[in-house]
Amino acid sequence: MIRYVIQRLLIMIPTLIAISAIVFILIQLPPGDYLDSYIAELQSQGEKVDPKKIKFLREQYGFDKPLIEQYFVWAIGMLQGDFGYSFEYGLPVTDVVGDRVFLTFLVSVTTIAFAWIVSFPIGVYSATHQYSWGDYGLTFLGFLGLATPNFLLALVLLYFANVVFGTSIGGLMDPEYIDQPWSFDKVLSVLEHLWIPVVVIGTAGTAEMIRRVRANLLDELQKQYVITARAKGLAPTKVILKYPLRVALNFFVSDVGSLLPGVISGSAIVSVVLSLPTTGPMLLESLRSQDMYLAGSFLMLLATLTVIGVLISDLALAALDPRIRLEGGITR
Amino acid sequence: MTTVDRDNDAPKHYVATGPYDPQSVERLTPEQERYFMAPQWRLIWWKFRRHRLAVVSGAILLAFYLSILISEFLAPYNLHTRHPDFIYAPPQGIHLFHEGEFVGPFVYGFDYRLDMEILKREYTPNTSKPYPLRFFCLGDEYRFWGAIPGRFHFVCPPEDGTFFLLGTDRLGRDMLSRLIYGARISLTIGLLGITISFILAMFFGGIAGYYGGWIDNVIQRMIEVLRSFPHLPLWMTLAAILPVNWSPLFIFLGITLILGLLEWTGLARSVRSKLLSLREEDYATAAMLLGAGPRRIIGRHLLPNFMSYLIASATLAIPGMILGETALSFLGLGLRPPITSWGVLLNEAQNINAVDLYPWLMLPVVPVIIVVLTFNFLGDGLRDAADPYYEGGN
Repeated sequence: MIRYVIQRLLIMIPTLIAISAIVFILIQLPPGDYLDSYIAELQSQGEKVDPKKIKFLREQYGFDKPLIEQYFVWAIGMLQGDFGYSFEYGLPVTDVVGDRVFLTFLVSVTTIAFAWIVSFPIGVYSATHQYSWGDYGLTFLGFLGLATPNFLLALVLLYFANVVFGTSIGGLMDPEYIDQPWSFDKVLSVLEHLWIPVVVIGTAGTAEMIRRVRANLLDELQKQYVITARAKGLAPTKVILKYPLRVALNFFVSDVGSLLPGVISGSAIVSVVLSLPTTGPMLLESLRSQDMYLAGSFLMLLATLTVIGVLISDLALAALDPRIRLEGGITR
Repeated sequence: MTTVDRDNDAPKHYVATGPYDPQSVERLTPEQERYFMAPQWRLIWWKFRRHRLAVVSGAILLAFYLSILISEFLAPYNLHTRHPDFIYAPPQGIHLFHEGEFVGPFVYGFDYRLDMEILKREYTPNTSKPYPLRFFCLGDEYRFWGAIPGRFHFVCPPEDGTFFLLGTDRLGRDMLSRLIYGARISLTIGLLGITISFILAMFFGGIAGYYGGWIDNVIQRMIEVLRSFPHLPLWMTLAAILPVNWSPLFIFLGITLILGLLEWTGLARSVRSKLLSLREEDYATAAMLLGAGPRRIIGRHLLPNFMSYLIASATLAIPGMILGETALSFLGLGLRPPITSWGVLLNEAQNINAVDLYPWLMLPVVPVIIVVLTFNFLGDGLRDAADPYYEGGN
């Protein structure tokens, strides 16, 4: 197991390096650097730009160095928790981001938990009652959930909440807690607001999981050992619970890896619609104003979050399934 | 059980005099023969036909795609026609009976009032006079596919009246017409994007699966890196990088490219794994032993075998692209007017206060959901049918 963990961790490093390189290229792609646009903005406001100050800034942020060196400065800075400088806000990125990353993390994790809790019993029901009305109905609902883009769902929910209940369901906490230090009441308020984005973001993932649980369990139910167990007269619920369900559970854990990018993608846009204080709206904002360091940091953070999520699911799978940890491979 | 006494009762060597028929034991019924001799595509079709939902979905999609060929003819108004007097006009229902009398399809006009308290434009139907609709008629001018000028429409607004079946937007443009025109962009972007993905997937998956070794390893790692990016934020970033001074058409192509560039990974993986497993099949070995070169083995034996499967996977990938474009345009990072897609239309629905007053701004949601849903059903049916020799499963 330890060998597998180490191996898996080592694989993660080149992945993260490649991701950071891509992100850095993206940051560099728009023509000119931030200082150019910064100078242009100052000049358009009629302010005098001190060439000395510009030169100082240029050196400070290493814009005069070759790209490779800039990349290393940026990447090493990131390892030390320094994500660069947001020119839009005039603050280090870490200060701008604040607890947004934590809230994104919170929303994502809760969403996955939601998808699990909802999809498992439904998937099992669908598989054990194949081709019943319940199965058809749930399958159709699942398809609908899969087809409805989550930001549109958010929009529609927002509209109905506004029309029917006369309340706004946006935000992740009551307004009085925004920018307040964390307290018990604030946590309660967040929990109160959390379920709407979770349901909205989680719908597609849940629908997908239901279909997969159903398909996997159906495959498993046709296997010889299940028939043998039945033939030996094991009680029907026990036949399902004892073995096939446990085998189906394996993929359930490993699927976090494929679920997570979707959830993080979804939360990016849903949070714009629902104006959640997560990374989504700020990423959009920074992209609009071409504040590329900030945007790049968000991209990097989100990708890292995904990679770590996949890592955790792989490790959990290895703990669950001896076939994987004994072979040492990362077979899915 | 009787035993045969070999010495005495040994049957004489017997040769039947009738003509030899090798199939005398196992004669195929005509149906069986038809089934066994049918080419692969016909088997696929037979199997696909059994999937009712997929067939219906395919028909709906076909209708959608046919409609984009003649958008100009179907839309009652031009894409850009503004009605300054009818800003945010609500949908006008089609009626058949006026005061208990059959008139044929007609609409009522509007009485207009501005609610000064909330500044809401209020239109109430004026039921005094029916305005009959005209069919196959001359209406707004257009250029068919941007080239041939024309005026012929399927349905036109009544003379000196209006026909807004789905209401109008903030510039008084007819939503229905804009939806019909928007379909052209939204639906083609999916097809173009998937074509790019498909080519990339065939290329990378093909060389990874065929050469194996370190090339395979490098491509696999590359795919893993791309897959660990959450798609939408990466799409947003790439879209934001597109130069601001590009023309809307270039932006359209750029967005298509961006969508296609990120979606190929899943397809490439299936190309690779299929190639790897099919390479080991008996018929591939047989072809190799018979002296077929790699080109013939791949082109004649392997490719047809997983092509159908790939097409099914590609069909399932199209909705992702359509949704991606919709999301980007909705956020204002995607297509720009005058190019109009469903996402661009939804961009207007971003303001919840406007949606609250004029809910028909949300209508582009409906075709998006229909198209995504039908593509999913169609892809499911195709996937089941893709391997017609595989029976069983579900």
